[in-house]
Amino acid sequence: MYGKKVKLRAFFIILVFISAVLITFLVINSLKENVVYFKSPTEIKNLTQIDKNKIRIGGMVKKNSIEVNSENLKFIVTDFKNEIIVSYNGAVPNLFEEEKGVVAEGYLQDRKFFKAEKILAKHDENYMPPEVKEAISNN
Amino acid sequence: MINQFGSFSLYFSLLCSSYLIYKSFISQTTINKRLSENVFSVLSVQLVLTLISFFSLIYAFVISDFSNITVYNNSHTLKPLFYKISGAWGNHEGSLLLWLLVLTVFLYVFFITTKKLNIKYRLLTIFFQQIIIFGFLVFIIFTSNPFLNIFPVPEEGLGLNPILQDPALAIHPPLLYVGYVGTSLIFSSSLATLVCGTINKTWASHIKKWILISWIFLSVGILLGSIWAYYELGWGGFWFWDPVENVSLMPWLCLTALLHTIIVLKNRNLFHSWTIILSITTFSLSMSGTFLVRSGILNSIHTFANDPTRGIFILTFLFILIVISVFIFFFNQKNIPDNLKKTYLISKETGILINNWFMMFFLSVVLIGTAYPIFLEVINDSKISVGPPFYHKLMVPFLIPFLFFMAIGPRTKWIKDKVMKFNLSQIILFVICLLISYFITSITNTKYLFSLLLFSLSFYLFFNVIRSFSLKNSTLSQKVSHLGFSLFILSILLNGILSKEISSNMKVGDEINFMNKKITFENIKIEDGANFKTLIGNFKLYDKSQVTDFNPEIRIYNQPETITSEADISSSLYLDNFLVFSLLKNDGYFNVRYQYKPLMFWIWFSIIIMSLGAVISFLKKNEK
Repeated sequence: MYGKKVKLRAFFIILVFISAVLITFLVINSLKENVVYFKSPTEIKNLTQIDKNKIRIGGMVKKNSIEVNSENLKFIVTDFKNEIIVSYNGAVPNLFEEEKGVVAEGYLQDRKFFKAEKILAKHDENYMPPEVKEAISNN
Repeated sequence: MINQFGSFSLYFSLLCSSYLIYKSFISQTTINKRLSENVFSVLSVQLVLTLISFFSLIYAFVISDFSNITVYNNSHTLKPLFYKISGAWGNHEGSLLLWLLVLTVFLYVFFITTKKLNIKYRLLTIFFQQIIIFGFLVFIIFTSNPFLNIFPVPEEGLGLNPILQDPALAIHPPLLYVGYVGTSLIFSSSLATLVCGTINKTWASHIKKWILISWIFLSVGILLGSIWAYYELGWGGFWFWDPVENVSLMPWLCLTALLHTIIVLKNRNLFHSWTIILSITTFSLSMSGTFLVRSGILNSIHTFANDPTRGIFILTFLFILIVISVFIFFFNQKNIPDNLKKTYLISKETGILINNWFMMFFLSVVLIGTAYPIFLEVINDSKISVGPPFYHKLMVPFLIPFLFFMAIGPRTKWIKDKVMKFNLSQIILFVICLLISYFITSITNTKYLFSLLLFSLSFYLFFNVIRSFSLKNSTLSQKVSHLGFSLFILSILLNGILSKEISSNMKVGDEINFMNKKITFENIKIEDGANFKTLIGNFKLYDKSQVTDFNPEIRIYNQPETITSEADISSSLYLDNFLVFSLLKNDGYFNVRYQYKPLMFWIWFSIIIMSLGAVISFLKKNEK
């Protein structure tokens, strides 16, 4: 029969193979559930059905659209073609302003209304999320 | 004038590099003493040239020489001197120059500290390292030269992004880069030793020092970045699984695996190929980290505005380096000694192997989570992001066995040990840990099997490490580092279940109630800072009979025009109270966020302890 070394090696290879398959399976499974898609207001308008999953939306905050009261915050995100109303209750990053880019993460209520859970921070006043840049230049 | 100096030094440095690549390659067969002196003098010249170009850039920043495009884009006359200097590496061009400087300094230090080693090995290390230096020089000179002129000379610069005007972030990049670049030397040296066929104990104990240095700097660099994000971005956490953070974590995981493997190589002369593979991987990850951050490919909320075309160069360069190293690895298989030594299942070697498996698993999770969105975008143009739930779901369950093995691993002996280590006292200890965890999870209402196990094993690890200080089965540095890690895990877990936060929109005079506490917004005043105007809010936190004042700021910079929030954090050994507010709209409302964060100090401090362990190991001569 085969020598001890060969047996050991075969065992090792099988072990590596099994763990590789296991890892891939775990990772892909968990990716499926935890990936957040990015959509622009135009893409949302064209959706055939409303996503129940968490998504990110992005665009510009429309001028004179921010409304504040002590409970929450409402504003309109636009890609200059379509708009969506966002309501939010939580902490707001520094660079959140009218006529600046914004990315919000949360759930769609319908094609015109988005409930945000998080507004994402940016580091740079010139920075525009790549998706927003693209969404704006496409229109 | 000074610009030309800097620029010319780079060109001359490129010449030195070409000469050294040529010289070290042809002379590794015919070695004599004179030649080595020759190489030494060219290396010194190159070091001086790089220093000249680096300091001329700093000088240009200090005197605000706006004829230099880099200075114009990133500086302003009104900026404080400290941030003028740190502005030199706060941008793409300058940071690459810093990379280059560290590369050169490391190679120089390597050369003068290895006089006793094999000359062929030293020459080959220089050869590989010079290829990297050459690549970076070409990259700097042709795609991101920091010394380009602008005409007519502008009156005033555009200013440095105010969010970067911070002491922690001023020293964060240099530390991180020393860590990254240190891995380049490990890479060059492993390839050299592979070609020479000298992968042995001597090499292991010599390269271990370099691994330790890189590991220490990388850890502290990541720590500073994390602290900065904590107080400056106002998110109140210490890790966000953001791609930019992930790319620094990946080399760290790999380097940690290497740090453990090299101990086996040093003590038992095992795992030769694996050490080499890890060295190559660590460096590739560091390079791609720089590439991903600097190219703008990463879809990160951290991203700075930058130029994507540059990425192509680093990617090509990285690809070439990896191909070369894989070729060298396969064509020098005969130089790798066979592992014919008998190994046993229950031994320290196995323990370290298990550590490596876990490190590789964590690494693949982070790698896939970071790279998957990039691939998906290329393949079907959909834009996605992978958030913390992904990482938590995949990593936290594996932490349970990881902590278990970490608790028992270091207690085993080299070569062969007995299963009897699992005696009664260990079982009693584990039961005690279970009870403590049961108590903690009941009073905090987080009683799930999962958190219970996680807590018990963290305590189990902690007590085992504490106990190991009285035993003689491993080195002091290992115990200190593992103590740091166990404290780290414990503080993260406790912080995770005990943290609370509230955010609300408030006007002056408003108050909110939260967890038996009352926060009132007293007043607001406007002051002038060095190069900004600031709105200082005054908040009072009433907690039982105790009143704490908070004075967070909103700073309005005008060059470039940016608003930043400065959180006010009242820190103690056990607890951070974090309060930050930001502008919403000019109708009197401010967005106020209060966070209750226990044990933040211990999260930072435990990383210092971990690094301290590495420092002890570094300082020790000829440890066993």
